[in-house]
Amino acid sequence: MLKSLKLRFILVLIFLVISVIFCLPNVFEPKGALKKYLPSDKIHLGLDLKGGMHLLLELDTIKLMENMIDRKLVALKDSMIREGVRFLALDKRNNTLSVSIRPEQKDKLYNIIGKEFPDLKAGGSDTTGDTLHLSFIIPDNEIAGIKDNAVRQALETIRNRIDQFGVTEPVIVQQGENQLLVQLPGVKDPQRALELIGKTAQLEFKLVDEDNITRFQGGSVPEGSEVLTMRTRNRETGIYTTTSMLLKKQALLTGELLTDAKVRIGGEFNNEPYIAIEFDSEGARLFDKITAENVGKRLAIILDNTVYSAPVIKERISGGKASISGGFTMDEAKDLAIVLRAGALPAPVKVVQNITIGPTLGQDSINKAVKATFVGSILVIIFMIVYYRLSGVIANIALLLNLLYLLGAFSALKATMTLPGIAGIALTIGMGVDSNVLIFERIREELRLGKTVRAAVDGGYTKAWVAIFDSHITTLITACVLFIFGTGPIKGFAITLIIGMIINLFTAVFGSKAIFDLILMKYKPRKLSI
Amino acid sequence: MIELLKDTNIDFVGWRKKAFIISGILVCLGIYAFIMITFGKGNISVDFTGGTNLQVRFAETVDVGSLRSALTDGGINDVQIQEISGTKDFFIKTKLSDTEKEKISDKVSSILKGKFEGKKFEILGSNMVGPGVGKELKKYAIIAICLALIGIIIYIAWRFTLISGIAATIATFHDVVAILGVFYILDKELNLLIITALLTVAGYSLQDTVVVFDRIRENMGKMKTKADFGNVINRSINEVLSRTIITGISTLIALGSLMALGGEVLFDFSFALLIGLIVGTYSSIFVASPLVMLWRKQFR
Repeated sequence: MLKSLKLRFILVLIFLVISVIFCLPNVFEPKGALKKYLPSDKIHLGLDLKGGMHLLLELDTIKLMENMIDRKLVALKDSMIREGVRFLALDKRNNTLSVSIRPEQKDKLYNIIGKEFPDLKAGGSDTTGDTLHLSFIIPDNEIAGIKDNAVRQALETIRNRIDQFGVTEPVIVQQGENQLLVQLPGVKDPQRALELIGKTAQLEFKLVDEDNITRFQGGSVPEGSEVLTMRTRNRETGIYTTTSMLLKKQALLTGELLTDAKVRIGGEFNNEPYIAIEFDSEGARLFDKITAENVGKRLAIILDNTVYSAPVIKERISGGKASISGGFTMDEAKDLAIVLRAGALPAPVKVVQNITIGPTLGQDSINKAVKATFVGSILVIIFMIVYYRLSGVIANIALLLNLLYLLGAFSALKATMTLPGIAGIALTIGMGVDSNVLIFERIREELRLGKTVRAAVDGGYTKAWVAIFDSHITTLITACVLFIFGTGPIKGFAITLIIGMIINLFTAVFGSKAIFDLILMKYKPRKLSI
Repeated sequence: MIELLKDTNIDFVGWRKKAFIISGILVCLGIYAFIMITFGKGNISVDFTGGTNLQVRFAETVDVGSLRSALTDGGINDVQIQEISGTKDFFIKTKLSDTEKEKISDKVSSILKGKFEGKKFEILGSNMVGPGVGKELKKYAIIAICLALIGIIIYIAWRFTLISGIAATIATFHDVVAILGVFYILDKELNLLIITALLTVAGYSLQDTVVVFDRIRENMGKMKTKADFGNVINRSINEVLSRTIITGISTLIALGSLMALGGEVLFDFSFALLIGLIVGTYSSIFVASPLVMLWRKQFR
């Protein structure tokens, strides 16, 4: 008996020491040699306590597939021209490309498809007179793969952007089929962060359609051209104005071929920041060709369908370097450089949920919650002592152990503490109190039956244990279900409960019982202060 | 030794008819509330309906009426404003959510800047949920509740009997629905945190029921004669009554301080728990145990 008692105390102490060690970083910063050996993670505070931004983004998969089929169409067109396949019509609908050719060129076309477009499947064919209509579809499993890839790429891109923006401990995960969950704790400028993350950052270079300018002024947009808005900032007042601009639809060059983007200051307008970009070899070759062929024309630089500038090409530019100016502020230029470096999102994203919690509110909540929990705990502790005397003191020691274990486990598991999490702690402590009440009431009953102190304590624990076990397990079941299906705050609550229930069960057997046994063994009291 | 109760011998089972009437009213109210909430009536948070919720703090006192008319004039129709008593904080809620063109919090901010010139304010926090997100959440909340209930029935059926499992689940359901009803009548906001509270209450009520059932199970073993099951139940409840009261008091102390000091958000949460504490204790004594008795009579 004594041996097992020793063992129980050792176990309680080991866990206590571990918990205290893990709790330490919350109280003081270890220095010097200690720093190496002690854990250094504080309890992570959730957004509701620390302040910050919680975003749920949805990738526009419809737009994604549109872009995809558009690109395929252009590529197929280029290939057919190159290989000498004369097509009579080329069109797209949903996930299908349809081509009309002369029947004798069928093999040549199939050759191109087989070699360059392995993901296209032959759909159907149909002959009218001298013309063969063929359709090619992107099969469903390909589409699923494309979407999956796109979400992963978006995740990676956003992670890159956030890393460069500089937020500590961001959470960036996929949720559901095409949603991304982004949490930025303690972010100072949520507005700016949102713009940085949400930007598609599709960089395109297109020629300004100056040949048709008169027709456009008359109100019609010619085939192969489009109208986009151009943004200009008045350098004196800082006010933005927008104007419409007619452009050739075809993008000559896109941001995919970028290798670097940096903020520079100077140039045409002395203190104005601009962005210096660099292309890879393929991009440099294309840029060289474009500028050589279009000297004297205006080349528009477009980001997410907004024209930022449209300078006149003065001469051929080789070397793959260019610059984007557009009356940027310093912050704007910095963020733009980040998104250009991190790359474009495969499709636009839509913000479907945005919870922003200012640091004031977070601090308010944490202060109030901590104060309320503290006062509540003190009152309960006093109540236990008043009602159960010395046994109440033992119960309180067990509760304190509970709390330390809980905080230790929280630190060790790197779990996030949220407002509902604090509520979960309150519930756990409440159940801990209940366990003790159950035990003590049982012990009193046993004492009333005239049993000895020793027998009463043993009997009380044994009989109360069943009820304690069952009630904790049912709560554990609920908590596990909540953890699996809950989101955000509910998950925080569930994890606290799960940890709490396990620790409660442990201290119910090892905590207060061990202290009782020790006292009974040492002092062999005739009466119990309960 | 302080004892609040000693050797009580209250005929709890005898009150079952009155209790069933009270419970019937509570459950009807709760189901009515549930139906109304399903149809989008009642005070439901933007978590479920989609929309925007802002918490704004003014530096000076601002009248709710003028705030409401300012926002309505500014083009935010359908706006609910709640003043947080004792502070200059307001919750502003609307069904509108952000579009690509504008963010609701920016819109509110610019309206307030224009209408309350000179009065400083700060948007402490905002919660914007796009339409459609809430549906998913609702689905998951319902799945979670159903699975938790099934898990509990299975566990209690295994530890006790199937009848007990079902009775415990009904009692738990009764409590959750009753709180829903109370919240609906008091026009308190139903948000994710309150759903958490409902589930906590479910856990609490179950614990209470399990403690009573545990005692019934134990006393059944002692009283070999199956003569009067009602007596067994009565005796069991009386035996655990002091535990029920003491635990109730200590929980009440903790909840009281949360309600008094925990701030607006925790107030509703602890209020829900408080109702749960009362209803949960009541249901394990007056609903769960009599139900078991009723069914045992039927089956015999």
